[in-house]
Amino acid sequence: MRRRVVVVAAMIAIAAITAWLLLIVLPRKYAPPDAPTAGPIAPATTEAARKITATLYYIAEDGMALVGAQREVPFGEGLHEQARHILEAQLGPAPRPLASAIPEGTALRALYVTDRGDAFVDLTVAARTKHTGGALDELFTVYAIVDSLTVNLPAITRVQILLEGKEVDTLAGHVDLRHPLQKSLQWVRIEKDES
Amino acid sequence: MLTKEGRRTLPTRTISGQDMFSLDDLAKLFELTVREDTLAGGLTVNTKGQTIVLTAGQGLASVGGRLVSLPAPPVRDGRTWFVPVDFVSRALAPAAGTRLELRKPSRLILSGDVRVPRVAGSLEPLGALARLTLDVSPSTPHTVAQDGNRLLIKFEAEAIDATLPATTAPEIVQGLRLGDGPVVVIDLGPRFASYKASDMPGDRGAVRIVVEVIAQTTSATPAPGTAAPGTPVTPPTTEPPSLLDLAPAGGLRTVVIDAGHGGEEEGAKGPNGTLEKNVTLSVSRRLKAALEARLGVRVVLTRDGDETVGLDERAAVANNNKADVFISLHANASVRSSASGAEVFYLSLAEYGEEALRVARGESEALPVFGGGTRDIEVILWEMAQARYIEQSAVLAQLVESSLRERVVMSPRAIQQAPFRVLVGANMPAVLIEMGFITNPDQERLLTSETFQGSLVQAVVDSLTRYRDARATERTTGAPVAPRPGGPGAEAPR
Repeated sequence: MRRRVVVVAAMIAIAAITAWLLLIVLPRKYAPPDAPTAGPIAPATTEAARKITATLYYIAEDGMALVGAQREVPFGEGLHEQARHILEAQLGPAPRPLASAIPEGTALRALYVTDRGDAFVDLTVAARTKHTGGALDELFTVYAIVDSLTVNLPAITRVQILLEGKEVDTLAGHVDLRHPLQKSLQWVRIEKDES
Repeated sequence: MLTKEGRRTLPTRTISGQDMFSLDDLAKLFELTVREDTLAGGLTVNTKGQTIVLTAGQGLASVGGRLVSLPAPPVRDGRTWFVPVDFVSRALAPAAGTRLELRKPSRLILSGDVRVPRVAGSLEPLGALARLTLDVSPSTPHTVAQDGNRLLIKFEAEAIDATLPATTAPEIVQGLRLGDGPVVVIDLGPRFASYKASDMPGDRGAVRIVVEVIAQTTSATPAPGTAAPGTPVTPPTTEPPSLLDLAPAGGLRTVVIDAGHGGEEEGAKGPNGTLEKNVTLSVSRRLKAALEARLGVRVVLTRDGDETVGLDERAAVANNNKADVFISLHANASVRSSASGAEVFYLSLAEYGEEALRVARGESEALPVFGGGTRDIEVILWEMAQARYIEQSAVLAQLVESSLRERVVMSPRAIQQAPFRVLVGANMPAVLIEMGFITNPDQERLLTSETFQGSLVQAVVDSLTRYRDARATERTTGAPVAPRPGGPGAEAPR
């Protein structure tokens, strides 16, 4: 009798684990949309209402650093969708005392995320034509994008910025964009110490 | 230290070639609270609600969250911590929000609104007359008067920061020295007859005082063309002579200056329409002339007109001319019109991956060779030419930064590393100078002014003079390039 109970319990446990593997772990692991596909997957379901909190980066009031700000961005199903939502929020207007590091009018043309965790962020040419042209501002533009993805989505380790679908040398003549860039918090200022 | 209230002395101690203040002394003087965090091996200094964080073993301080570089890390001796003297101007001044100017050569700290003009003198013995020239910056009201066998040049200031020559004209001028207070004293010789003083406007808001001391017209001895130099007189206050005059030749032969942007690429634009490409070209041309004249080096510009030049081409100009140094000039821009100050950049390697770091460490790679086996070969991608020079670039950047700091306003981010495209391919020490923010209306005006451009040029000439001397020392002694023992550049990049 007692042995029977143990066997039944074991079977239930195995069934549960199998179900968990089949329904949750494996689909995540082998999810196809992470491969280089640019097309909008747009679930366009009730998910639209769900939000996550992400750290986005903006230019501080003195213009000398980026600062992180906690902002709500729409929840996205899967890495690619979530990355897209974060980028779109990052490209949008800045919360009040801060300024956007992304030139006005810059839009996301496409986003590719590879299996290796490289993201390719394709921006419209406004990112160059509307840029102040300053080296520091250029670093802020580049690292606002790189850090918003790599900080919030650890699965993305490197980011390369493209313009109008093409690889570029630089955005405004300074920062080398020929390779994907890793997260760097060198340009981010921590606003308040505990003291 | 000079304040409105008077002069106070602050003891310094030289630790591994670096002048240091004890943090306890500074705490008393500036009302700081110092807390030591033994666990983290750091120090927290509080002043007027601002916090400065120092870490043992690091030549960096965080001032209210911003990093500033120090020429050496804080050092502990027993229970006392010592910080480099530059701590006062670089960390304390921004934190306290008051003016604290460090004048290293004259060992002065100026606090608050004190007037301490710099006075640089030279004396020319011209036979029956000796001409003393004093360059006073900024221009300061003064009087010249005779007092017995002395001439007194008094300045309306709290003090003067004077460099006086040791030269004399024995029969007329026996010596020059600092008097009590802001006074330069000329000790007159037996043949003194009269004097004539005049003022001329000098460069950049300075004034030049010329005092001609005239001898009696006796035909006793035909006045020698030049006075015997170094005749011992009352020991005048002298500084080591300018590096420029004593610098050994060699070490620096060719400098390539890159005027940022150009042609179709206008670069940043000021609110009144000033274009970065024009500012960089103007300063580059002046810098070329100054370097050729003052250092006798060959200078090549990556463009000498309004031309579009690719970023690779710019580094190629430097490589093909076998330049010893590559300097790229730029003007900064910010979405914030208040942003101001100059910045110096050198390349950061982190963005170029493990390969670049390996090159920077000077490691070779074992490659298979024909006939079996392997051979250690130093493989360097052309694209990463700069990786080998990163430490020297760091030294150069430190020298440029400290020379600029003496003459122009620096940004809180004075010295930084960034993945800049124009620097990567340079096969020699290379830095990029952001001269100021063209988007700031005041700085835009400065960037086009002769005075400010002159200061920038002078600062770069100064830094290259020091760099050349450091290289010459390296060649003769085999010591690694370092500007001064324990000086800036002691912190190598990682």
